[in-house]
Amino acid sequence: MTINAASFRELRLDRLSRDFGTHNALKDVSLTIGKGEFIALLGPSGCGKSTTLNLIAGLLPATGGGIWLDDKRIDPLRPEERGFGMVFQNYALFPHMSVNKNIGFGLKMRGVSKAEIDKRVAEAAALVRLQGQTEKLPGQLSGGQQQRVAIARAIVVEPPLVLMDEPLSNLDAKLRLEMRAEIRRIHNTLGATTIYVTHDQEEALSLADRIVVLRDGQVRQVGTPEDLFMRPDHLDVAEFMGFRNKVKGKVASVGDGKATVTVGDAQISGRARNAVSAGAEGYLAIRPEDLHPVASGQPGLKAQVVSTEFRGREFVGFARMADGTDLSFLAHDKLSPGEAVTLAADPDRVLVYGAVA
Amino acid sequence: MSTDVSSIPLKQRLAAKGLDGLTLLVVPAILFLLALFIYPFLYGLVLSFEPKQGGMFANYQRFFSDRFLYGTIATTLWLALPVTVATLLLAIPIAFRVRLMKNQRLLTTILVIPITLGTVLVAEGLLNYLGPQGWFNRVLMTFGIISSPVKLLHNYWGVMLSLVITGFPFTFLLTLSYLSGIDPALENAGATLGAGPWERFKHILFPLLLPGLAITFCLSFVQAFSVFPSAVLLGAPSGPTRVISIAAYQAAFEEYDYSMASAVAMIMGVVQLAIVVVVLAARGLLYRGPAGGGKG
Amino acid sequence: MVKDTRLSTKLWAAANWTLIGFFIVNLFAMIATVVTSSFSTRWLGTWLPAGWTTRWYSAAWAEFQLYDVLLVTFQIVFLVVALSGLIGVPAAYALARRDFPGKKLVMLLFLLPLLVPPITFGIPLATVLYQTGFAGQMSGVVLANLVPTVPFVILVMIPFIEQIDTKIESAARVFGANTFKLFVHVLLPLLMPGILAALLLVLVRTLAMFELTFLTAGPTSQTLVVALYYAVFAAGVRAVQSIDAMAVIYMVTTLIWLIIALRFVNPTQIVARAKK
Repeated sequence: MTINAASFRELRLDRLSRDFGTHNALKDVSLTIGKGEFIALLGPSGCGKSTTLNLIAGLLPATGGGIWLDDKRIDPLRPEERGFGMVFQNYALFPHMSVNKNIGFGLKMRGVSKAEIDKRVAEAAALVRLQGQTEKLPGQLSGGQQQRVAIARAIVVEPPLVLMDEPLSNLDAKLRLEMRAEIRRIHNTLGATTIYVTHDQEEALSLADRIVVLRDGQVRQVGTPEDLFMRPDHLDVAEFMGFRNKVKGKVASVGDGKATVTVGDAQISGRARNAVSAGAEGYLAIRPEDLHPVASGQPGLKAQVVSTEFRGREFVGFARMADGTDLSFLAHDKLSPGEAVTLAADPDRVLVYGAVA
Repeated sequence: MSTDVSSIPLKQRLAAKGLDGLTLLVVPAILFLLALFIYPFLYGLVLSFEPKQGGMFANYQRFFSDRFLYGTIATTLWLALPVTVATLLLAIPIAFRVRLMKNQRLLTTILVIPITLGTVLVAEGLLNYLGPQGWFNRVLMTFGIISSPVKLLHNYWGVMLSLVITGFPFTFLLTLSYLSGIDPALENAGATLGAGPWERFKHILFPLLLPGLAITFCLSFVQAFSVFPSAVLLGAPSGPTRVISIAAYQAAFEEYDYSMASAVAMIMGVVQLAIVVVVLAARGLLYRGPAGGGKG
Repeated sequence: MVKDTRLSTKLWAAANWTLIGFFIVNLFAMIATVVTSSFSTRWLGTWLPAGWTTRWYSAAWAEFQLYDVLLVTFQIVFLVVALSGLIGVPAAYALARRDFPGKKLVMLLFLLPLLVPPITFGIPLATVLYQTGFAGQMSGVVLANLVPTVPFVILVMIPFIEQIDTKIESAARVFGANTFKLFVHVLLPLLMPGILAALLLVLVRTLAMFELTFLTAGPTSQTLVVALYYAVFAAGVRAVQSIDAMAVIYMVTTLIWLIIALRFVNPTQIVARAKK
């Protein structure tokens, strides 16, 4: 009773929960995924992203909520009845089977004829560019080739949904870039709906149509890569997306999507994001690459340089403010430790958040 | 130290090959085993060709012409092979079951008890337990399964049962450790590709377990083949359970013919080796790589 | 691992548990028979004995000279444990840390005594020990028992030593420790849990080792298990209860050490074999 790929319009997670004993790995996660979408589940380790994937795959039973494929509830189904494709973190290739047999395994389980299996395996191997390697055992392949086998094995059954669990985490940096492009190319070719789990925001930004940021088992924000990169809803999402400087101050004024925050004796303006109210505490979030030293009379964050590191075109600086807040920034010139510095950023690139719980 | 400055001192050259003071720590153990394992074996081999009377091969000729002696090989095989197969058939499904348990320690501890009690105590216990007045027969009779006590002592079955009891835990624990070596992600991968429980067993777990089972078979067989105390205490040591180790023991300690005893021990070793070689050769045809799912 | 809730799966699980239960019930019933018998005044043709007594223990103690047997047993076991540690641990250390020509052959030499059953190599070994005059006394029994225990210690210790980072030893050397100081201050404390585990396992195995002791022991160098064998073998000469009392004494001795050993080691280690 495999799910018919043609009938599927959307996958819906409805208040999906999973606890391990008293620990809630996932709390009331609701999400709708359209056909053909490439969704990234992004978050630090322990945020529940792999749990979500295992629940969708059926490898873990849910303890609350449901999973729906259109109007059919699939969470009571066993994994072998769901008919999804999955790429595992360590590939999980069957070590005793040749590449051909690995790729053809899902078709064999579906009772496809031998001739048809051979044909489709050859097509899948060609799609992932593995021609000529198909008689080898997985142990004889390089990491990147094993990865390709794992992808071919998952997509050859033409699943309505492809699940990928940190598939690139075991590859070196160069191969990771190459495989990232490869995964995107295969997705564009086949148009299969893909759910991709990663802790690497760069990977998520470059691959996904939409990103779901998870934290402590809950959805923090869902949006396009541009949304998340430019307009994170919460301070913790902003930090995770690279707004690494977090400066506490008092909100002086709010209006017209903008806010001004008093830090020490300086007034810093930025775009108001969430729960900002005048007179209350507020936080500035700024990416290091947007924060630069300015002339000492100008408005900005006053700090003392701790160190600078040469990074090719410019210097990365580390500084500490009087209240102990650490800042990192970019500078064109080398600064000496102990030197007083004023740091400022374009108000359009500064985000302001209200006090966090 | 060498005085020749142009060449690297011998000590350093040896050290580069891994031979230095530290390596010498292994020497006492090697000497010990050469003296008390290898030498006795070779001594026994030579001794077996120096019979009390007759030519060089007289012991072997005597063994293979006397049904009372050569028959012990068949008797022992007839015990050891079924016992090994039975313990494996018991151990495999139970190991698969136990693998799913979170806390395996209590069960494995219980299963270790027969090993540590040893063959003698198990034999003594079974003499009481399986006897015509023992609890085993009483229970069966109370439930009306049998009408008169089953004879399980001083015959083939007594020895068989005691070998299963002492052999099963070992076979089980070994199977379990091989099974735990298989990456659970492989089974998950099979499931997401549409394989049900039986297909996952048939196509993934069993082929990966098979090489380990071959080793388990060899070790269990060799233990069962050298059965001694239970064959004497629970079996019929002059009849149906006159196993080869009894023949060797009698030659050595009842006839004081050490030459003959060594010959029997050598034959025992050769038969064990032959079975092990056959099984391992068959194993050579199987996939034997790591049972992991990839790098990592 | 995939959870399954189908009926066929549940039935299969139930069948497996029945099998496990059947095995354990019979095992414990067998042990219980021995214990019950040892406390019975008379037990013939009934479910339970006619009456209870402890006199068989004193009888067994006197009849089988159990004081002497226990003394000999513990002397032998202590010597075997100490010597297999002294010979085995340094060898395991060398094998874990060095790669040298012929290492595979050496490993095979240490594997064989564990693979070949004791009765097979025991007969030629006993022959040699009788010719050299060791057999029949305690030294012969100790030597014979060391043949499987030395390799056992080596094979249990090698993986344990391998998982200790060599950088720790390098660090100690850099900070000025000579070999002796390195051993006493760094290695011994790190290795102690492993040595303890290995030696406890040797202890349990030697207590239960029948064949080698049987083949090499004389009347004054029998261990408990061999004395028990002779008692059972000559059954009929003495009361069954008295033999059972001795079996219980043996069982309690082994189980006490087993329980101590299991506090430190995983049960599967007792049957530990080196994997290829």
